[in-house]
Amino acid sequence: MSTYLIRRLSYMILILLAASFLIFSLYALTPGDFISGNIKLTPERKAELREIYGLSKPLMERYLTWMGNALHGDFGYSLAQQKPVLTIFNEYIWNSFLLAVVSTFLTWFIAVVIGVIAAYKQYSWFDTIVMLVIFGAMSIPSFFIGLFLIKIFAVDFHWLPPGGMTTTGSNATGWAYALEVIRHMTLPVAVMTLLGLGSLTRYFRSNMIDVLKQDYIRTARAKGLTERKVLFTHALRNALLPAITLVGFELPALFGGSLIIESIFNWPGIGQLYMKSFGLRDYPLLMGFTMFLAVLTVIGTLLSDILYRVADPRVKL
Amino acid sequence: MKDLLHIEQLKTHFSTEAGTVRAVDGVSLHVRAGETVCIVGESGCGKSITAMSVMGLVEGPSGKVVGGAIEFDGRDLLAMKANELRTVRGNDIAMIFQEPMSSLNPVLKIGEQIVEPLMEHRKLSRKEARARAIDLITLVGISRPEQIMDSYPHELSGGMLQRVMIAIAVSCNPKLLIADEPTTALDVTIQAQILDLLRSLKDEGGMSILLITHDLGVVAEMADYVVVMYSGKVVEEGEVVELFNNPKHPYTQGLLKSKPIINQRKDTLYSIPGQVPNPLELTESCYFHDRCQHCMEICRTREPKLKDVGQGQKTACWLYEEEALAHV
Repeated sequence: MSTYLIRRLSYMILILLAASFLIFSLYALTPGDFISGNIKLTPERKAELREIYGLSKPLMERYLTWMGNALHGDFGYSLAQQKPVLTIFNEYIWNSFLLAVVSTFLTWFIAVVIGVIAAYKQYSWFDTIVMLVIFGAMSIPSFFIGLFLIKIFAVDFHWLPPGGMTTTGSNATGWAYALEVIRHMTLPVAVMTLLGLGSLTRYFRSNMIDVLKQDYIRTARAKGLTERKVLFTHALRNALLPAITLVGFELPALFGGSLIIESIFNWPGIGQLYMKSFGLRDYPLLMGFTMFLAVLTVIGTLLSDILYRVADPRVKL
Repeated sequence: MKDLLHIEQLKTHFSTEAGTVRAVDGVSLHVRAGETVCIVGESGCGKSITAMSVMGLVEGPSGKVVGGAIEFDGRDLLAMKANELRTVRGNDIAMIFQEPMSSLNPVLKIGEQIVEPLMEHRKLSRKEARARAIDLITLVGISRPEQIMDSYPHELSGGMLQRVMIAIAVSCNPKLLIADEPTTALDVTIQAQILDLLRSLKDEGGMSILLITHDLGVVAEMADYVVVMYSGKVVEEGEVVELFNNPKHPYTQGLLKSKPIINQRKDTLYSIPGQVPNPLELTESCYFHDRCQHCMEICRTREPKLKDVGQGQKTACWLYEEEALAHV
């Protein structure tokens, strides 16, 4: 186990180094930068600014500077906001995390329940209707569902706010504030859950169908166990095992924000920030964010490997 | 002696896209208390489906018992509700299977899987069930029972796993043990050990065994009474010695001829010519007719009924029917 971890960690460092170089090159080699977009500046002033920001230095030297600082936990300053990149992340990322964590939990929970029931009653009317609805939900683009729900619940019925995280001008605190945020996040969470539900339900349904055909399920029934025990003690655990791979991938998704949902619902999350920074070519922020996702992805895969070890006695690390 | 299990004209059919497969088509058999009955036949002859029908575990919705009666210990199993039948399964009737490696849940400890039926049927507490499970593991001849309790199936060999399966099966002292090819997936030396174990458990506990096999060596060793099945029907049955010495049905004769004999090396081993007929294309006839050396006109068009031919032996073959002779 420990030799596995050491080997695995050294791979992770190599992968992240390679990723950092790729990420840096991608942004650095893209024509134009934060300064070239500003038409108010004279060419002399632009050259002067590039000198100040260090943008005129050779590529390799700039990479090493960025990387060296990053290793010390310093991802530089956002050019547009003139604040440390990490400080800005901290302002936005938790808003995204809030949406993601709630919708991910709901998605998994509902997908497991519906998937298991649909598999157990394969080809029944319940199964057929569920599969139809899921196909429908998967086929409609997120911006459409988002706008559609806003039209119905916010514009027509005034049940829920159309966007934002708090009511404009509100200075509620404590429980009132929490309630306000919950009301604002209901629609975006609903849309995100709806979008993720389809593929995950189908995944659990097919896993469960496979497992229910296994010999050990027949044994469990031959022992005279209740169907509930057969399903939840014997089948479900085996059906959930392959999903551990997906758990690893959820980690970057939890912090990565959602470009489209956050834009539609005007949610002050990292996805929206990312979109805005793209327009401004705020490269330090973009590089920092991409690197952050790379780190999370690598940690996520390590996490799912370790989880496998915990959940499946046949796996040895 | 009274019948413990009484199967009468059982019909289990499977509906497939290509048509109805009559996997078990009018099978009758009886198992008396303390008796070992073997069902013999080639793959696909319906012997396992007969067993699954008794357990009420035929895979729905395509498979279904469509006719006949199954009576166990005076109770009609087919009329039972799912929940009632569940209290019989694993308690009064237990079953072991062909593949011990895949028959145990890979993510649950052996101990966990043994205590389950004890807690379910005998309502033992976890602690009591665990103590009983350790006794059971010792009973089936595995040493270091405590260590085995905390092992996972992948850590044990096939023979050990089949012993564990037997421990689970006999945990609630069943009256009937159904063993579906229990030794097919195991090494020959292990096979003998497992059969010995089954026999000694039977002698000690007085349970009956319904043994399903295609191995005539196993039949000779275990059976009191033999039922030979072909294409979903019983073609011959009788006491084991009588049936081995004096097989009546050409299929049984062929089966016995194709069995290798120790110390006798032949260039080619006898095999019954032809193949098992496609169950979808069967029309009324003796289903064995196109593989039979004694095939007559009547065999192609009419089905022979199971008929007493003396010495407690029954066979379904036109060779022994006077009607057939009148026909010629």
